[in-house]
Amino acid sequence: MTIAVAVGTKKGLWLARSRAAGEWSVQGPRLAMREVPALAFLPSPASEVPRLLAGVRSEHWGPTVANSPDLGETWEETEQAAIRFPAEDRAALERIWQIQPDPARPDVVWAGCEPTSLWRSTDAGRSFTLVRGLWDHPHRERWQPGAGGAAVHTVVTDPADPDRVLVAMSTGGVYATEDGGDTWQPRNAGISAGFLPDPEPVFGQCVHKVAADAIGPQRLYAQNHGGVYRSDDAAMHWVSIAAGLPADFGFTVLADPDRPGTACVIPLVSDGYRMPPDGRLRVHRTEDGGESWKEVGAGLPDRFWNAVLRDAACVLSPAPGQPSFLVLGTRDGCVYASADEGDSMVQVAAHLPDVLCVRAAVLP
Amino acid sequence: MTRVVIRLPAVLAEAAGLTGGQREVEVELAPGATVGQVLDAVADGRPRLAWRLRDETGTLRRYVNVFVGDDDVRSAGGLATPVADGDVVTVLPSVAGG
Repeated sequence: MTIAVAVGTKKGLWLARSRAAGEWSVQGPRLAMREVPALAFLPSPASEVPRLLAGVRSEHWGPTVANSPDLGETWEETEQAAIRFPAEDRAALERIWQIQPDPARPDVVWAGCEPTSLWRSTDAGRSFTLVRGLWDHPHRERWQPGAGGAAVHTVVTDPADPDRVLVAMSTGGVYATEDGGDTWQPRNAGISAGFLPDPEPVFGQCVHKVAADAIGPQRLYAQNHGGVYRSDDAAMHWVSIAAGLPADFGFTVLADPDRPGTACVIPLVSDGYRMPPDGRLRVHRTEDGGESWKEVGAGLPDRFWNAVLRDAACVLSPAPGQPSFLVLGTRDGCVYASADEGDSMVQVAAHLPDVLCVRAAVLP
Repeated sequence: MTRVVIRLPAVLAEAAGLTGGQREVEVELAPGATVGQVLDAVADGRPRLAWRLRDETGTLRRYVNVFVGDDDVRSAGGLATPVADGDVVTVLPSVAGG
């Protein structure tokens, strides 16, 4: 089985392939000198190479979505930028933070963007339409930019119900729709906002990442700007699951797509000290929905003074019943992969630009 | 008429559909035309060029510099800077990134 890992960085894209267990080849750069903060492999039949979508941004010439039919060798871009605000909105796209294919409908792709907005494509990512219900939300004027900008950075779809979509934004927190995007409700009950006078506001949190459990998006995990949480009722209520972790700050949370109750975080000390505890880059994994945590990641560096960003890690189930495959990329340009969901990790690449996003797929 | 030549960097010449190393486009405008109208004219029918020069609000992208002769329009009247017959408008990427 060959696994492909697309690595989006500050200065282009690299494509890694596992030739055999622990052996990797890396090609790149592609899209050189363009920032690649968002990537997605589109769902495809097992016999086909999946199409790769990339949210790209040139410092000079602006952002768009590029798509590749051949794992990054060639790229297609539409004449018009794939995502652009209608003139009447008097807004300009800054960056594409998230590309999320709808697992149930092959041509539907969601994009979370800066400024804080959600977009929907019905032509497999070639063009997108602004989701008005969120853009026109009365809370929007009170969503404040986090350090990286004001963006929808997380989109969680529901394979069983295409009208149910959840987003997370920094800041703003978690919002959900049950009518395909027409109306949105904040879903932050129980999540703290230590940077606001009201420690548990209805909205305004800085939720860094949300992931859906293998059972579906009725069970969710959230890595907050301080705090790790689980919801068992589709984000209506959240409970802390940070006990047992060495720190509750971090950017990413991953859920195993094949094993219910299994999720991973990569802790950093705190908001004011964004480095792993003791400089040890490690993955912490729960197999019981956050009741307990185990440190894994043999092979990761012990003197690491940097961070893993919110989309710079992913988990892939190569086949039902098989151990999941975990990849993470660091801000110092290293990529590590594990065929046993983080128990042991090998270095795939080093000395790349800052890694912003990694995504993995099984190749035919 | 006001004839203005626009010089593009290689990446934008490609987006504009120019071939064979061609980097220049000549446009004809009414007297009293502005830099904004020059960009409108050169981007007309060239959507790949248009969005790389200006964002959806019509604002010149932050790291795109436009010169009339040797003068940066940001230090003059911006997109309202007037152009005259025979002017050369040069588009260049500014110093940015790391």
